[in-house]
Amino acid sequence: MATAISILPAQQLATLNDAYRKAVARKRLKATVAAAVFCAALFVAALGADVNLHTFFTYFGNFLSYFDRILTLDSGARVWTDPLEWFWGLKKWLRLLGETLLISYVGTLTGAVFAFALNFFAAQNTSPGPWVRFIVRRLLEFARTVPGIVFALIFVIAFGLGPMAGVLAIAIHTTGALGKLFAEIVENADMKPVEGIRSTGASWLSCMRFAILPQVSAGYASYALLRFEINVREASVMGFVGAGGIGQELVVAIRKFYYSDVSAILVTIIVTVFIIDISTGWLRGRLFGKETRR
Amino acid sequence: MSQMPRPDTAELRAKYPGVFERPASARLAMPAMIVGALAIFVYGLVDLDFSPTKLITGMSQLGWITMMMIPPNPGSSFPLYMQALGETLSIALLGTTLAALLALPVSLLAARNVIPSNLIRFPVRRFLDSIRGVDTLIWALVWINVVGLGPFAGVLAIMVSDFGAFGKLFSEAIEAADRKQVEGIRASGGNALHEIRFGLLPQVLPVIAGQVLYFIESNTRSATIIGIVGAGGIGLQLAEQIRVLEWQKVSFLILMILIAVAAIDFISSKLRFAIIGQRAVV
Repeated sequence: MATAISILPAQQLATLNDAYRKAVARKRLKATVAAAVFCAALFVAALGADVNLHTFFTYFGNFLSYFDRILTLDSGARVWTDPLEWFWGLKKWLRLLGETLLISYVGTLTGAVFAFALNFFAAQNTSPGPWVRFIVRRLLEFARTVPGIVFALIFVIAFGLGPMAGVLAIAIHTTGALGKLFAEIVENADMKPVEGIRSTGASWLSCMRFAILPQVSAGYASYALLRFEINVREASVMGFVGAGGIGQELVVAIRKFYYSDVSAILVTIIVTVFIIDISTGWLRGRLFGKETRR
Repeated sequence: MSQMPRPDTAELRAKYPGVFERPASARLAMPAMIVGALAIFVYGLVDLDFSPTKLITGMSQLGWITMMMIPPNPGSSFPLYMQALGETLSIALLGTTLAALLALPVSLLAARNVIPSNLIRFPVRRFLDSIRGVDTLIWALVWINVVGLGPFAGVLAIMVSDFGAFGKLFSEAIEAADRKQVEGIRASGGNALHEIRFGLLPQVLPVIAGQVLYFIESNTRSATIIGIVGAGGIGLQLAEQIRVLEWQKVSFLILMILIAVAAIDFISSKLRFAIIGQRAVV
């Protein structure tokens, strides 16, 4: 069955088409200008970053063959044919990985405690005064923006080589990151319990303890666990600047071209990160699955 | 005024035994976890050679270093530092853009509503996961081995490590897209490519643009870091000045990084609002 579609008279259609074309043209012009600006920025950036396509294409084969080389043992065989030879240093690496995990654990916990202490001052609804809030916010921002590894570089000089510098660097960075997230949770908390407690004549401290804390503690723990995951990755490279953990071993292997060691250490790091991700994910689901489901 | 009826505790107790007498396992779980966490913490402190004397000498050392940092002073190297900062921003912009361009097609392969077959999606996802499992710094070291020291290695390092992250984020954005537009295109006779181009992309592009901008912002930080292992930019200057203990220059460089990051934050949040409109920023 054919249905006739009524077509508007040509005159009416022309005005509509005209308006449509104008609207599209304006949008297109905007998009083109934006794209042109972006391409110009890219071009300037390419000049600034010494991008050399010639080098890239000449050496791109090296990138692929690098993976070929790190998957080959000294004897010329593929690594997976002889796992014992590939993972010859597993015992040492596992010990260093354990150290890495401890660094991130101690760093995360310390950072979380400091963030916990500071976040009530940074949140808009609980801060005792605007100037306190301003100072705490700037402090947290500073701790968050300066990369952890820069802190590590400075701490290695102050505290000496070793895992302690790594722990402190991670703790400071975690304080900044968690302090902000914690403060955001507090800002979303219900203020009615606070009023209820204040009306009984309680101090600021009691208000925080009995009105805010019960609402936010699940969110805190969840974010802290998430941060632990991130910090494991971060701690695995702290060794690059001498701040302990597996990174030291890895950087030596890469710089001295111990190819099969590089792949073996990378595999152990990736597997550890996977395991940590999965287990903290499971733990978060177990602990907070019911509370955080809104 | 009427008085509230007194609750009959005995009756309530009989009615809701679970509330009044929680099993020992539930009551002890929290304290046990806290004790366990503290035990690991203390073990960690001991194992990682924490000692009060070390901490105190380190703190005094740190205090001394902080004193030396004031006032920040670039000496005569200010133009050099500005150039290095430009290099860092270039690394971030270029690396992120390249990563986004590479990740877009791959993310289609990892999205459930584009490729229903598990056979392709699963290996693609694991591949992206393993790339993400390796830190940007490690990629930088690898690329330095391949293309030599300098900012170009930094661009490639950021490109590879963001490729993994973008692949995952983009595919999630694509999976969250509305099916209806795609079905509409199919109903009017479009093929699979038309469905992606006219059904999916218009929905996901604003989300993707927001994510790319956010990553440019966070990569400004990453780009300062990778300089420390020799991949160019302001990080290289920073690491050098820390090693030669020129603390006034160090503090000046840190200040420069902070200001640059704040500026990029400001610009990109403005841009994100312009692109995504009033919708929530991812």
